[in-house]
Amino acid sequence: MAALVLPDLDVDPRTLGDGEAALTAFLRGLPGVDRVGNERRAAQLATRSLKQDTKRALIDLAIRTVDLTTLEGADTPARVRSLCARALRPDPADAEVPPVAAVCVYPDLVATAAEAVAGSSVRVAAVATAFPSGRASRTVKLTDTREAVAAGADEIDMVIDRGAFLSGRYGAVADEIRAVKEVCGDAHLKVILETGELATYDNVRRASWLALIAGADTIKTSTGKVSPAATHPVALVMLQAVRDFHLMTGEPRGVKVAGGIRTTKDALRHLVLVNETVGADWLTPDRYRIGASGLLTDLLLQRQKLRTGVYGSADRVTLD
Amino acid sequence: MSRFPLDLGSPGWEYAPAPEARTVARLDAGAQGRLFIGGTWQDAADGATFPTHSPATDEHLADVALAGGTDVDRAVAAARAALPAWSGLPGAERAKLLFRLARMLQERAREFAVLEVLDNGKPIRETRDFDVPTAAAHLFHHAGWADKLDHAGLGPAPRPVGVVGAIVPWNFPLLMLAWKVAPALASGSTVVLKPAETTPLTALRFAELCEQADLPPGVLNVVTGAGATGAALVRHPGVDKIAFTGSTAVGKDIQRTLAGTDRRLTLELGGKAANIVFADAPIDETIEGIVDGIFFNQGHVCCAGSRLLVEEPVHDLVVERLTRRIGTLRLGDPLDKNTDVGAINSPAQLARIRELADVGEAEGAQRWTADCPLPERGNWFPPTVFTGVSQSSRIAQEEIFGPVLSVLTFRTPDEAVTKANNTPYGLSAGIWTEKGARILWMADRLRAGVVWANTFNRFDPASPFGGVKESGFGREGGRQGLHAYLEPSADRGGIDG
Amino acid sequence: MAERVRVLRTAKLFIGGAFPRSESGRTFEARGADGTVLANVALASRKDVRDAVVAARAAQPGWAAATALNRGQVLHRVAELLEGRHAQLVDELVATGVEPDAARAEVDGAVDRLVWYAGWTDKLTQVAGGVNPVAGPFFNLTVPEPVGVVGVIAPQRSALLGLVSVVAPALVGGNTVVVVASEARPLPAVTLTEILATSDVPPGTVDVLTGSVAELAPVLAGHLDVDGLDLTGLAGVDGVDRVALETAAAEDVTRVLPPPAEEPDFHRTPRGVDRIMAFCDLKTVWHPKGP
Repeated sequence: MAALVLPDLDVDPRTLGDGEAALTAFLRGLPGVDRVGNERRAAQLATRSLKQDTKRALIDLAIRTVDLTTLEGADTPARVRSLCARALRPDPADAEVPPVAAVCVYPDLVATAAEAVAGSSVRVAAVATAFPSGRASRTVKLTDTREAVAAGADEIDMVIDRGAFLSGRYGAVADEIRAVKEVCGDAHLKVILETGELATYDNVRRASWLALIAGADTIKTSTGKVSPAATHPVALVMLQAVRDFHLMTGEPRGVKVAGGIRTTKDALRHLVLVNETVGADWLTPDRYRIGASGLLTDLLLQRQKLRTGVYGSADRVTLD
Repeated sequence: MSRFPLDLGSPGWEYAPAPEARTVARLDAGAQGRLFIGGTWQDAADGATFPTHSPATDEHLADVALAGGTDVDRAVAAARAALPAWSGLPGAERAKLLFRLARMLQERAREFAVLEVLDNGKPIRETRDFDVPTAAAHLFHHAGWADKLDHAGLGPAPRPVGVVGAIVPWNFPLLMLAWKVAPALASGSTVVLKPAETTPLTALRFAELCEQADLPPGVLNVVTGAGATGAALVRHPGVDKIAFTGSTAVGKDIQRTLAGTDRRLTLELGGKAANIVFADAPIDETIEGIVDGIFFNQGHVCCAGSRLLVEEPVHDLVVERLTRRIGTLRLGDPLDKNTDVGAINSPAQLARIRELADVGEAEGAQRWTADCPLPERGNWFPPTVFTGVSQSSRIAQEEIFGPVLSVLTFRTPDEAVTKANNTPYGLSAGIWTEKGARILWMADRLRAGVVWANTFNRFDPASPFGGVKESGFGREGGRQGLHAYLEPSADRGGIDG
Repeated sequence: MAERVRVLRTAKLFIGGAFPRSESGRTFEARGADGTVLANVALASRKDVRDAVVAARAAQPGWAAATALNRGQVLHRVAELLEGRHAQLVDELVATGVEPDAARAEVDGAVDRLVWYAGWTDKLTQVAGGVNPVAGPFFNLTVPEPVGVVGVIAPQRSALLGLVSVVAPALVGGNTVVVVASEARPLPAVTLTEILATSDVPPGTVDVLTGSVAELAPVLAGHLDVDGLDLTGLAGVDGVDRVALETAAAEDVTRVLPPPAEEPDFHRTPRGVDRIMAFCDLKTVWHPKGP
């Protein structure tokens, strides 16, 4: 079974153990990613034409998968409450618009958010582990996570140690993910690779597998603080990793694209990538998320346009 | 799955139809049924016509003049008459006319893309993103040559070859036209173009474009017709050079016909390309490359990667992943922007594909066919993969020219090269491996005019394309391709003169 | 005192680096201008063509794989040896009726022609090939490659300079050649084979047949393992159907260099790489660029 997924990797990656050598061998044995071919495939899928009913359905799906995010130094409880209100009912004028998947905030604002969305389907996600750089001690990162979970976070968005990854210390990166995962308990763990700092698609593929092996429930492209972030080719490589991990182990894991997705067109192209790479089973908020702040406004505008046939104005969509 | 208001069939949702508007092709806008000779539109001398149909729907598209010997005579005479003025025009002026054609083709790209789909059956995604833009790029590239012929490598003041008879196939009607017309016009030569019988419409539309661009009368002439029309052009003593793209059998006929005549000839013929996959290939892009290699244009591609040679340890994996991927291809209405695989160009071609596929099965290969519904009308063949194919099998030797892939295995790089080269053809080859040294080693040894490493079916006006062995001779594209339309200066002398 | 009896030479074929007689056992007389018999020359048959093509095919990959510098040095070495046999070659040409001054000029020209082509081996790729600026993230290069085995009908009048002028360019590109020597003046070709045998040219790279053009040319032209056909030597030959040869060549899309209306003056300078490229195909290689 396994051999029909990845060449020369006839092994269940979950059985590699905690040793660095086996993990490194596995990651180094992954097939390479040809940049030009990968970007070509992503660009080809971006030309899919989405019409009427498909587009309408996909816009609602996109809304349902949004992690509505505010990650500013200037965030306040009031702003987070406002964000949550919008997450629960994105379009006050149209009750048919579904709520988003989650709100995503800094750990100190988790309690505020949890209170605001209590009793709804909207989850509270917290970025933790010294987001966005991850440059802090293990103790600090675990404490950060522990406090977020204690404050009511349903989901933790952690960052990997890119320095360790780029210097080849894969074991250290994996250990840290495992440690955070343990602290998370029942909370859903999203592991941010920060692909803009990994530079090559080969690294994105290795980091994806590393995170999946170490127990990430979802692998996530970016913090949103580094550019480039959620490009289509990067998303494609990560979706391939999740697809192949599922084929090898039977375990479905999630993908979250975040950073730079501002338009409906872009979001729908990401959904096409999901559909044609891992398949429609992944088109659910359990397995797929789009991290965004401004995107929701455009999704609502496009939704109104499809319903009314009239081009809308951003002034008619509530911001928060 | 009911959580979402989507028709979520595995492996993906169904895209709502996204058809390109066929009215864009302006099929009812006159003139396209007649011959374009000496700048005027003429009926065939005997008034004969033939119909052209949409391969996707069997719909009758137009009746087109069937050029006979008299018409070919007239066209060649028109091209001959136009030659002195055209070749005498300063290169810079010819260049501007070619640039103008390139720009006008870009402006009317959508019209040409839709018309090509209707006449040929290939998906709009390809005509829109490949055929038409690449044709325009060829015109643009060669426009720049028109006033730089001194730098083409044939010494100062090379002469145009003269009157060119260009015979193009049905698989890339407009693009193959551009591959021949662009360098010919840049060189100062004049052209009599014979489009393929089943796909005459974009060539006639291109003639309209030349008219609109004020190309001097007689510089480009279009004679539509069937094999007899092409044969009359090949035999015509007033033609200085034949540029042919098509089957190896017809290419040989043409070479025989020209025997002893000193008329120049370039042939771009058939192929049976090996696409060679090593275990260390970048697997996801390789699968895409295999799909591009054989299902691009329904496999109606002379350089299609129709023989997949897979290193034994990854054979099962590659086949597994490949068939899974092929399962996601969308076959159907070629005007739909989401269609990946269009119609087979003609009933005759469909019959040939069916015959060879049946032979493959009869010879013991395992046949796998994509589970996709075929439209009821039109000519259709589903993407098909044969495994367990032996080197001696007909489906490993003969050009199928359809969406049929034959999978073979190899154990060592030497064996891969030997198997790849074990064919009378030699047009193209593919190599998939992350090992650079192996790529260069293989590229040296593969007997093919074009080697794609970690990519497939890439074309560019600056890149010479053409075959070795029975895949033909002469190149199209770039400085070397231009040579096919030039003669060294008469006073250059030398023992070859 | 009795006059010393001269040792006459046996003019044999040159196939695979060896000197066989014709498998047919036939010979013909090569006569001087005054009608005297200069030698009994092997009269090659269709089976000799077959053997020569087999030898040329076997030698071709190795010759093409040799470095360009090496091929250049090998060709230059032939020029060196030709220079060393200058007097003999002049005598042989004179015996066939060439004026002494013209004979010396012809040998000089043959040596110089070899030197000229020897210098081309490592220039050709740069001159005929190149890197192509394609509109995409690809490295794209084009290089000339030999077509394979080239059948050559050598010029009839210019039996040495003409011979060298048609054989050398085919070799430059990495082809191996099967040559049908001048029918009327075969001996300079035979002498050349004796030079080649002691040169560094690998066995089979040049195979030389003597005999009837009318008999041998159709066999070469129709041979499916001959990739190129140089018909330069047909100029001035009667009784050979050029159309039939080119028609036969088309059966396997053989590249044909057609015969000129009359035999060219081989003292004139070759026109660049035309003759070399007549038996080269271009190979274009694509590779993506990516980090």
